[in-house]
This record gives sequence, C-alpha cells and structure tokens, in this order.
Amino acid sequence: MEYFLQQLINGVTLGSIYGLIAIGYTMVYGIIGMINFAHGDIFMVSSFISLIVFLALLSLGLTFIPLALFLVLVISMVITAAYGWTVERLAYRPLRDSFRLAPLITAIGMSIVLQNYVQIAQGARVKPLPPIIKGSYTLMEHDGFIVQISNMQIIIILTTLILMLGFSWLISRTSLGRSQRACEQDRTMAALLGVNVDRTISLTFVIGAALASVAGFMYLLYYGVIDFYIGFVAGIKAFTAAVLGGIGSLPGAMLGGLIIGLIETFWSAYFSIEYKDVAAFATLAIVLIFMPSGLLGKPEVEKV
Amino acid sequence: MNQSANQGFPLLKVEHLTMRFGGLTAIDDLSFSAAQTDITAIIGPNGAGKTTVFNCLTGFYKPSEGMISLTHPDRTRFLLERMDDFRICSKARVARTFQNIRLFAGMTLLENLLVAQHNQLMKASGFTIGALLGLVSYQPHEKQAIELARHWLDKIGLVERADDHAADLPYGDQRRLEIARAMCTDPLMLCLDEPAAGLNPKESDQLNRLLLDIRREEQIAILLIEHDMSVVMEISDHVIVIDYGRKISSGTASYVRNDKKVIAAYLGVENEEGQGAEVKP
Repeated sequence: MEYFLQQLINGVTLGSIYGLIAIGYTMVYGIIGMINFAHGDIFMVSSFISLIVFLALLSLGLTFIPLALFLVLVISMVITAAYGWTVERLAYRPLRDSFRLAPLITAIGMSIVLQNYVQIAQGARVKPLPPIIKGSYTLMEHDGFIVQISNMQIIIILTTLILMLGFSWLISRTSLGRSQRACEQDRTMAALLGVNVDRTISLTFVIGAALASVAGFMYLLYYGVIDFYIGFVAGIKAFTAAVLGGIGSLPGAMLGGLIIGLIETFWSAYFSIEYKDVAAFATLAIVLIFMPSGLLGKPEVEKV
Repeated sequence: MNQSANQGFPLLKVEHLTMRFGGLTAIDDLSFSAAQTDITAIIGPNGAGKTTVFNCLTGFYKPSEGMISLTHPDRTRFLLERMDDFRICSKARVARTFQNIRLFAGMTLLENLLVAQHNQLMKASGFTIGALLGLVSYQPHEKQAIELARHWLDKIGLVERADDHAADLPYGDQRRLEIARAMCTDPLMLCLDEPAAGLNPKESDQLNRLLLDIRREEQIAILLIEHDMSVVMEISDHVIVIDYGRKISSGTASYVRNDKKVIAAYLGVENEEGQGAEVKP
C-alpha cells in the first residue's frame, strides 16, 4: 500500500510533465491538422534555455533561489515561445496550402535540425544540475517504509494544475480562445468573420511552446540531467498521451499525459523497468482498437 | 436597356470583372454597382456564375481582370480584389454567408456571434496579454459584445437558446443565425448566398422580414443571390440577371421579370426554325 502510494505520487509528477507537452501536440493538431514532431525538441531546447539562464543569473550574483527560478521560468517561456513561433513561420506556414504530408516532413526535418543544433552548440554530453529544490514531506510511515512527497514534486503538480486551469480558461472564455476554436472548426469562415487566421495559428504555436517550456524547466529541476536527446523520447511519449486522450481534445491531452505517466511508473515499479515504454505504447494500441478516436476525442466528422 | 434603380450612395462598384479558370470563363466582363441601403439581388440560371461573383467580392478568388471597389460613406475606398480575406471583413466591412451552412457547430450560439466580434475584443483586451496582466479593463467590452450578440439573437428569436450548440438548431434557425453572425461583424455590405434555400414558406417569410428590418435599421447594402423568386420579387430594390457570366439584364424586379432576355435565359429560346424550346441547364 505504501509502495503503491509512493508510486502514485511519482506517476502523477511524470504525468504532469507529459501532459504539459501533450497540450502542444493536441492544439496544433486541432487547428491545422498536422503533427508537430518538432514539439518534443522545443521542449528539449527549453530545458537548455532554462539551464543557461539559471547559470547566467547565478553568475550575475542572483543568489536568492526562488526569485532566480521565477525569472528563469519567465525568460525561458519567452525565448521558447519565440522558438515555437519561428518554427511555424519558417517550416509550416509556407506549406500551409501544400499537400498534407509536406508539413509532416518539414516537422521531422525541424526536429532533426533542433537536435543537431543543440548537440553542436551545447555538446553531446549530458548536462547535470545539482538539486536546487530540496526537502520533502513524509506522508506516512509503516513497517519501515516511508511515503514521501518532495517539494519539487509538489511544485510540479501544483504548477501543472494552475497552468491547466488557466489554459482551459483561456480557451473557453477569452476572445483568443474562441477564435482558436473557430479556426479549428472552419478556417475559411473564421477568416470571413475577420479573424486573422495566420496570426491565430502562430499564437497556437507560441502557447504550445510556452507550456512545453514550463515542462522543460521542471524536467531540468526534477531529473537534474539533460541532453540533446531528451526531446525525442519525451516528445514521443507526450504525443502518445495526446493520441490516447483523443488528439485535438485538450482535456484528453491532460488525461492522456497523466495515464501514460502512471502506467510507466507503475510498470517500472511492479514489473520491469526495461519494458515501461512497451507498456505505455501497448496501452495506446489497445485503447485505439476499442476507441479509435481516443478516450475523450470526438469522432472525425467530414466537413461538408 | 439597363434601367437603373440605384438611389442611395453607390457603395460597391464592380467594373469589368472577369474570372477565368483555365479555359473556362466563369464571369465575363461583368459590371454593376450596389447602393447603400438597397437590397440588390443577383439571379440567373444554375452555373451562371453568381457564387463566383461573391467569391471574388470576398477574397476567395483573385479576379483575372477587373476592379471591385467599395467606398465607405466617409469616402475611404477599398479595392477588394487586392485584399486578404480577413481584412475584407475587418477593414472593408463586407460580410457573407454561404450556400451551405457554415456555423461553428461545436460552439454555442452566443460564442458564434462573439467570434464575429473578435477584432474589437482582441483590441480591447490588448491582444489578451494586456488583459491577462490586468493592464486594460476588458470586462466592459466583453459585456458590450455580449449585448450586441443578444440583440441579434433577440432579433432572430433565439435568445433563450443562446447557450445551446449551433448544431442543435433546426435548419431554418441555423440560416438566420448565420445572418445574425454576419451582422455582428458590423458590416456595411452583407452578401447572402441563397439564404432562402431549403426554407419552407413560413421561414422564408421570416427571412424576408429580417432582411427588410436589417436594411431599415442598419442602413446597409444587402447583396443577395437567390433562386426563390418570392424572396427576390418581394424585397429586392434592384435585380441583376446574369447568364454564362454576363449581365443580361438589370433593373427593378418587375422590370426584369418581363424582360425577354431573362425569360429566354430561364426557359430557353425558340430557335429560328420554330422547332420548340431548348431548355438550357
């Protein structure tokens, strides 16, 4: 029981990070119907930006850690959002009216570009960061087994929760969110109502990248090790999460992220750590057999 | 020949509009104008090029030749053929509907009407960022937008269904909701592509009244493609008949109804040998 609880906490933490990345996949798919394979690498870039900004702030003499971390988060969000915007502008917008596979291919190309760029600029070796946020709470103790939740885990879960609430509000209540949903349903009609579709799509990429940068920031602090390759694995997992939850559905992405995180953690804990990815992807395959549009996705309706 | 019924300020001027698709000339040297506060109907047999005219007006197609100019009452002139589709709506203030219904089906009625007011709201909210940081007061604008949306919902008699999904409405209501949504963009010219298609006589009567109301209260130009002659005859001030992309007649409804060319285009002409009528598709 204690072991289960401990794994549950770990799983929710991991799931939060996946969920934040998955939102970027699902939003972009929803609005322009393409899979942005470079999104995982945007996440990776953001964790590097966080590390660099953090070290820079430290060397500038900012030693008050909470303020430093807050500044790192804000700066990293802004720079990563610029990356997201640039990727869309360079690689996807020129191909907007091209055949369906073209942006998919440039997405994969963009992913490779970002990986190699970071590998060359930052080196291929892993970058460590000593734990910054220490301390944890003991929730219960039984037969010598301790259930703990670390401060870092609390921060990750709370930040994700707040971001997701804010983001849901943005999509459902604001004019920006309404125009995004309108573009999702009928881009032509949205344009005829005066919505600047190109700008709305750019903003979608910017928001997705900003959320991924929060994930990248927390990944860096939680695991303490990053390299140029983390974006690939995390990206594929988050993409799986988005598909599992129903691609195009925002609550689906959040739920999918949570489920993938939990499956991975529990499989590693109770069965074998080597096969955790197999378990995650097998779950996806099984769910898609019985629910082809994912857990919360709507069946694809042909637009007439 | 062309009897002009334009009285008001000439809002729209289409000159020598030609649209070719490869070897096919869909519109051939078409010129007409539409006055503010007039209801102008464009009629013609199937495939005459009516919808193509609308597509040129709203930036869907770039015309092969010709000029489409829209002059606002403050004398600002817009050349529609050179503008992006979303600017035609937001700057030149032209709104349109389609032959098929294109509501945002997954959104509520109110949201459909609020999307149409997107630009004002984005500006008011400092492109969302300002409002998120609390720099600008966004609430009054949002309230105003909702009020306008409710005004139009009230006009089409759907105010109590404001929070239902647009997809759940019956067909006739969806048609009127589209017009209400177009009106929420605050247009000076409203282009309606077969608004009465598929409506029963009662609904089509409601539509007539709605359009006459809009013309009277909003003082805007309405451009109308229609097959339903009861609508055309009852409400239009000016009718333009096109066939094979050319204007064959124009004038008041009663004038074009009796024009031989129009009758010929619709019913076919007797050929010279007198072997009977050939009905064009």
